[in-house]
Amino acid sequence: MEKHQELKKIANTLRKDIIKMINAASSGHPGGSLSACEIVTALYFKEMKIDPQNPNWEDRDRFVLSKGHGAPVLYAALAEKGYFQKEELMKLRKVGEMLQGHPDMKGTPGVDMSTGSLGQGLAVANGMALAGKLDNKDYRVYVLLGDGEVQEGMIWEAAMFAAHNRLNNLTVFLDHNGLQIDGKNREVMNIEPIDKKWEAFGWHVIKIDGHNFEEIFKAIEESKGVKDRPTIIIANTVKGKGVSFMENKVGWHGSAPNDEETEKALDELGGEA
Amino acid sequence: MTKKIATREAYGEALKELGKNNKDIVVLDADLSKSTKTAKFKEEYPERFINVGIAEQNLIGTAAGLATAGKIPFASSFAMFATGRAFEIIRNSVAYPKLNVKIAATHAGITVGEDGASHQALEDISIMRTIPNMVVINPADAVEAKEAVLKAAEYNGPVYIRLGRSKVPVIHDENNYEFEIGKGILLEDGKDATIIATGVMVAEALEARNKLAEEGIDVRVIDIHTIKPIDKEIIINAAKETGAIVTAEEHNIIGGLGSAVAEVLAENQPVPMERVGVKDVFGQSGKGDELLEVYGLTAEKLVKAVKNVIKRK
Repeated sequence: MEKHQELKKIANTLRKDIIKMINAASSGHPGGSLSACEIVTALYFKEMKIDPQNPNWEDRDRFVLSKGHGAPVLYAALAEKGYFQKEELMKLRKVGEMLQGHPDMKGTPGVDMSTGSLGQGLAVANGMALAGKLDNKDYRVYVLLGDGEVQEGMIWEAAMFAAHNRLNNLTVFLDHNGLQIDGKNREVMNIEPIDKKWEAFGWHVIKIDGHNFEEIFKAIEESKGVKDRPTIIIANTVKGKGVSFMENKVGWHGSAPNDEETEKALDELGGEA
Repeated sequence: MTKKIATREAYGEALKELGKNNKDIVVLDADLSKSTKTAKFKEEYPERFINVGIAEQNLIGTAAGLATAGKIPFASSFAMFATGRAFEIIRNSVAYPKLNVKIAATHAGITVGEDGASHQALEDISIMRTIPNMVVINPADAVEAKEAVLKAAEYNGPVYIRLGRSKVPVIHDENNYEFEIGKGILLEDGKDATIIATGVMVAEALEARNKLAEEGIDVRVIDIHTIKPIDKEIIINAAKETGAIVTAEEHNIIGGLGSAVAEVLAENQPVPMERVGVKDVFGQSGKGDELLEVYGLTAEKLVKAVKNVIKRK
């Protein structure tokens, strides 16, 4: 049997849920949600020590979606994992409902941090990792950063801090799909050489294909073995991955598919079921 | 001669006390620990002291993360940078999720003195007051500052505590003082007008009361240490019973105590009112006391304001 068959199926389900919920909301961010499906699936369905029945379990691993506009992929994973009913997904971004446009830790079980304003998640994750060290707990903290997001100065304050404090219980994924709202990173504000920047800040850097489970798990294992520094996994991804007409199209950063486009996307992803 | 102690000194002492009894207390600073007095905590509990370097955004973000894991972080810097530079992190990563973070900022107001306008936060109360879930406290002296810090630690949620650099008169009796978040303190009763003061201006208000008494004017003095939630009852009663209000603050008259009191009066018990504070201008270098004179933050100015407001009754 092909390796990670089950996880691939889950990632595909998340993709379908992302398309469906953004269509139902008539707004949201499909591109950067689809690019992170394998990373989020790997964390929530294999790697992280979590308990959907006890979302605030003190010893759980934490996940901070620093690129908070990727909320749909997180919500899809949390629903699939059983933190709440799947029906909730179809109420995304609606008045009076639980699933806010960007993650709200007080309103949604399983959301470890409220995010949405770019650049803030890494510092918060540092605090979580530091608290773990102070209390001699062995939980790990995972972060998903956007590549456009690293243009925020606060990311580099936090990067310096994590290395200075040797936060080896911290693993960051950089969803490196190369695109941001106004175009390519390279054209809007070049972030390259991004690996060298993190290395220079004292991080252990791993580069992978962010859609390949084999490489994702290998990188996570490697990061857990690093004793004296935090790790960043630079995951090369495709924005809009899995839906042909959305792939690498900057226009799909923050627009919702209409009913026709939704049907087409779901067909490509193997239909409703 | 009244004893004078800076409120930041009291903060350092309170942290030491808190740290001893509660292992969840952690203190963060942004390279100003000697000035903010968090160094006192650092000496006792180095393992629970975190210096983030000159990075106020990261200061607040890291504190938020610590709070998610059950810690009670006190994050300190100068008021200008804590509330100004880190505003949006305070709003989105602390107040929106209502995390248990205490922001204790020193060197607030014009009495920072020689460092000048860039370092004199005159809008911090205003900025913090507009954020939902945020409690805003501005202690008048060392006794009040210490109690405020101890009570803030007991309260579960975000708190902003405004502290000063300069030594200020101790007006409260530490053996007979009670601090409750959101409760103003009636310091002196009176019937002709009320001075509602906060921070260093409470001492000036008491002095103004004495001067006015010599002229036969009987003034009530209220110490408002919590700007948010504001004590509506004590303000409305003062308006009803004395019929005229003067506010006094070491802050821009826009958005601070004066505005908060005006809101309460306008909606509940409109009476003539005057605001004494910095009149929407930037400060400058000079000695703290000199600057209080230059910007009209004195007992003399309060005397004048009280006389004016009484005429409008």
